[in-house]
Amino acid sequence: MKHLIDPTDLSVQEIDDILDLALDIIDNKEKYSEVCKGKKLATLFFEPSTRTRLSFEAAMMELGGNVLGFSSADSSSATKGESVGDTVRVVSSYADIIAMRHPKEGAPMYASMVSGVPIINAGDGGHNHPTQTLTDLLTIKREKGRLGNYTIGLCGDLKFGRTVHSLIKALVRYEGVKFVLISPNELRVPDYIITEIFEKNNIEYKEVTSLEEVMPELDILYMTRVQKERFFNEADYVRLKDTYILDKSKMKLAKPDLSVLHPLPRVNEISTSIDEDPRACYFRQALNGKYVRMALIYTMLKDNGQI
Amino acid sequence: MKIDSIQNGIVLDHITAGKALQVYNDLELNKLDCSVAILQNVKSNKMGKKDILKIDKEYDVNLDVLGYIDPDITVSIIKDGQTVEKKKLALPTKLVNIKKCKNPRCICSTEQEIPHIFKLTDAENRVYRCIYCEADK
Repeated sequence: MKHLIDPTDLSVQEIDDILDLALDIIDNKEKYSEVCKGKKLATLFFEPSTRTRLSFEAAMMELGGNVLGFSSADSSSATKGESVGDTVRVVSSYADIIAMRHPKEGAPMYASMVSGVPIINAGDGGHNHPTQTLTDLLTIKREKGRLGNYTIGLCGDLKFGRTVHSLIKALVRYEGVKFVLISPNELRVPDYIITEIFEKNNIEYKEVTSLEEVMPELDILYMTRVQKERFFNEADYVRLKDTYILDKSKMKLAKPDLSVLHPLPRVNEISTSIDEDPRACYFRQALNGKYVRMALIYTMLKDNGQI
Repeated sequence: MKIDSIQNGIVLDHITAGKALQVYNDLELNKLDCSVAILQNVKSNKMGKKDILKIDKEYDVNLDVLGYIDPDITVSIIKDGQTVEKKKLALPTKLVNIKKCKNPRCICSTEQEIPHIFKLTDAENRVYRCIYCEADK
């Protein structure tokens, strides 16, 4: 059985197929409105989320399927001390596919080892978030018309930002992607990403602390939020949270065809004053998330022989 | 110093000097009820000095534990006073419940039932990563 735990669980071909399917769904919504009729998606969210959970649920509904689940650990048997393994074993007997978010890294990986149905990692702590990566890839494909040959700046919390880690792993598989890593020293990408991903694959990258300095060279700017929930020490969070704020003055330094992405939610890191700038893609990106999850759920249920 | 040879059991030779106690502890040899000899800093032509462990009992030794500690250890199976088999060690590709993941953010840190599993990701530098959180060991 195929699960989606890490973005590299999918081959480049499989990703291309999912993105093509998502594009077909966008153009032909009626054609897919009943394809998952009678199937159930369980959303097990041990950590709160708005976009990811609702987009999964909306995706399943638009495929004609049903949804069940919980939206925080407080409303599940986790409060009674039930283990993740037991929760997943039980739920996999009720649902045909599970989307799971958990604050601990690797929880969906463990779930995949005990589940009777496919598991989709909907975010595990600061580790991975593969469906956000598919969303980002679909957005890049729709905005740029290609998945390779550009310079992408990743800005903000690159240490705990799971969307960044997943996106890097996916993008290094395409030709001609140059990375500019923009972060305070305390929030640099983990060493393994430098040594085992960039250096091992001879990928062009640089690490900088100034966003202004690199704005003119970027084709894509991927902003991230400094996440309060990832810090053990609140003082560190307060000190680092407003390091980068993308505003009109910085946008003036950018290329006319820059694409600004953000996984959302944003706090202060993108000024609302640039929301109307056509280069701001983040709300279109959120909508892409629903379509790519429709394509993923449909593909996984089909591959598992459920439809 | 002379230690008697054993009749039936296992000899772990060419242990890097100073690592015999780690091998003893990680293999949990304290749980055996037979004689176990730990020889430290034995003269060796090849290594200068080395450690040796002799276990006076037939015993299913965990080769993954040994390979992880030191893949150059020689494992000799002794029967009726003769060496009947020498086992080759290799750096194991996977470690199951041999080392614990120390990342407090890993699911292993809170769920007791989960096996601690590491995969070898870089043999040259002996880098193992937790399969759940990818923290290295």
